[in-house]
Amino acid sequence: MSQPTTATPAATPAGGYTLQKPEMKRTREGFGHGLVDVGEKRPEVFVLVGDLSGSTNVTFFAQKFPDRFIQVGIAEQNMMCIAAGLAAMGKIPYLATYGAFASCRSADQMRVTVAYTDLPVKIGGAHGGISVGPDGATHQAMEEIAIVRSIPNMKLVIPCDYWETRKATVALADDPHPNYIRFGREPVPVVTNESTPFTLGKANVLREGKDVALIACGVMVYEALVAAEALAQKGVEARVINMHTLKPLDVDAIERAARECGAIVTAEEHQVHGGLGAAVAEEVVQRHPVPMELVAVHDRFGRSGKQDELMAAFGIKSPDVITAAEKVLARKKAR
Amino acid sequence: MPRLELSLDELRERALFVRRDIIALLARSQSGHSGGPLSCADFGTVLFFHEMNLNPERLDDPGRDFWHFSIGHVTPVIYSLMAERGYFPLRDLLGFRQFHGHLQGHPSKHDTPGIEISSGSLGQGLSVCCGVAYASRHDGNPRRVYCIMGDGEQQEGQIWEAAMFAAHYKLDNLFAVIDYNRKQIDGDVQDVIGIAPLADKWRAFGWHVIECDGHDLKGILHAYQDARKAKGKPSVLLAHTVMGKGVSYMEDDYRWHGVPPSVEQADQALKELGTSLEEWTRRLEAGTVRTVTPAGNGVAAV
Repeated sequence: MSQPTTATPAATPAGGYTLQKPEMKRTREGFGHGLVDVGEKRPEVFVLVGDLSGSTNVTFFAQKFPDRFIQVGIAEQNMMCIAAGLAAMGKIPYLATYGAFASCRSADQMRVTVAYTDLPVKIGGAHGGISVGPDGATHQAMEEIAIVRSIPNMKLVIPCDYWETRKATVALADDPHPNYIRFGREPVPVVTNESTPFTLGKANVLREGKDVALIACGVMVYEALVAAEALAQKGVEARVINMHTLKPLDVDAIERAARECGAIVTAEEHQVHGGLGAAVAEEVVQRHPVPMELVAVHDRFGRSGKQDELMAAFGIKSPDVITAAEKVLARKKAR
Repeated sequence: MPRLELSLDELRERALFVRRDIIALLARSQSGHSGGPLSCADFGTVLFFHEMNLNPERLDDPGRDFWHFSIGHVTPVIYSLMAERGYFPLRDLLGFRQFHGHLQGHPSKHDTPGIEISSGSLGQGLSVCCGVAYASRHDGNPRRVYCIMGDGEQQEGQIWEAAMFAAHYKLDNLFAVIDYNRKQIDGDVQDVIGIAPLADKWRAFGWHVIECDGHDLKGILHAYQDARKAKGKPSVLLAHTVMGKGVSYMEDDYRWHGVPPSVEQADQALKELGTSLEEWTRRLEAGTVRTVTPAGNGVAAV
């Protein structure tokens, strides 16, 4: 396979994916399999769940390692602090619940007991983003980036597909600090493969380009790739950066994108306030200001619907990325 | 290091020292909580100088018992117990709440050696202790886990999540002590949000419930022994205490929950406790730690 960090012509995109008919796979399955991978490697790994074993796919781990699996029940705050107690005794606890509850409901427990104490608790936020679908606003987590990245000692990863989720889940065990991984419910296009490198804190350039940089995380990485393909038809070469680690941010990749492309579009399945776009903008404005557009959910709660219709209605599909790219290109030209 | 198991007379003297430390460090910092630390002084002394298996020389000793104050605001008593027990020099108490000291207003793992988990947001500690108790049992470690809570803190919902968890998993290596002084920052607990009948609530949640006078050292010792005997369920002690115990003008007055005495008030308090602010500050500045030998063999000054 080709290395995702090398320049590739538009006709042969990197990473082994096919835009026309990509394989579809669930990121939560990547989390479930990643837990088994890391559980086999490290006997100190424990998994805790708040009555959502099936939907978070921790059942894979529970079946294999029942003596290291703890059912906590519907008590997310309790679960966060129990995980801290396990970590204080030398365990590597992963907890799993929906992201809406992992981030918002137990934010104080994450802040005081886990992060202030700086314990290696691994927080799995399932059903992230609006694309979780019909459950509606209460179960659509779109605030994790803002919450988690504002807490000292925390790290945050939002992988783009099955393989990246699986690798990230394993990699987080080596980090002696607390961290958070966000993944989704519905199947999403697979754009990396088993051997694509994953390094915590280091962005992957999936496609080279010098006209505009598309910086995306999670499911929006695929939307950015689709947008880049369409832009190439119009003669615009877009760089696509998979910013899978939101904290610590790969500031070098961001600065390079600003200097070399002169225009940036960010894309995320998250509230615009405090999200990936805001995080990138914080760096861009201090290092090398260039025109920017932020593709995100603009200060709205979600609603019930299908994955595709929700993403379209909330303005986070590839056509929205294309429109944003055209806006920043126009501003770049006018400078 | 084994449990110290000091005699009743030795424990009485220790508890007096702890009360003096609390007043002296509050007088120095002019910031911090007075009432709760004083109500915790007696059962805390029995924990640190009789009940618990501690090793201040080796903080990660796998044989150590685990203690955690879920009521993080009672740092004056926590730090005094730690210093008197040899976790750090006595003189460090005078740096309480100071920028250059290592004793934060609320317990911080990364500032104070011996603090295992930071606390200060109420209601979280029992959950932490559930995790420690669960992990210890999984590892076959006979460690006992002690969680100190407040009575006002019982208003936090997370405590009852943890109570259910501990009973469900039969964590009989877990022992909670509630400082039942009936006061919280806004007034009497029963006026703010009533928690009674507290013993019935814990019993209904599947715990072994013990009650005692939280200032009667002999009664406390018996209560702790009782908790060790309970099998198949976690234990909780309702230690009936008096907020501000030992200082006449503070006793049973909720207004002393979160404020320190002035220098003059501190001197008066220390005279009631058989010394003076000047004398006790001198002792702390000298920084001598009285080493204590195990199994009630007495107290030797160094």
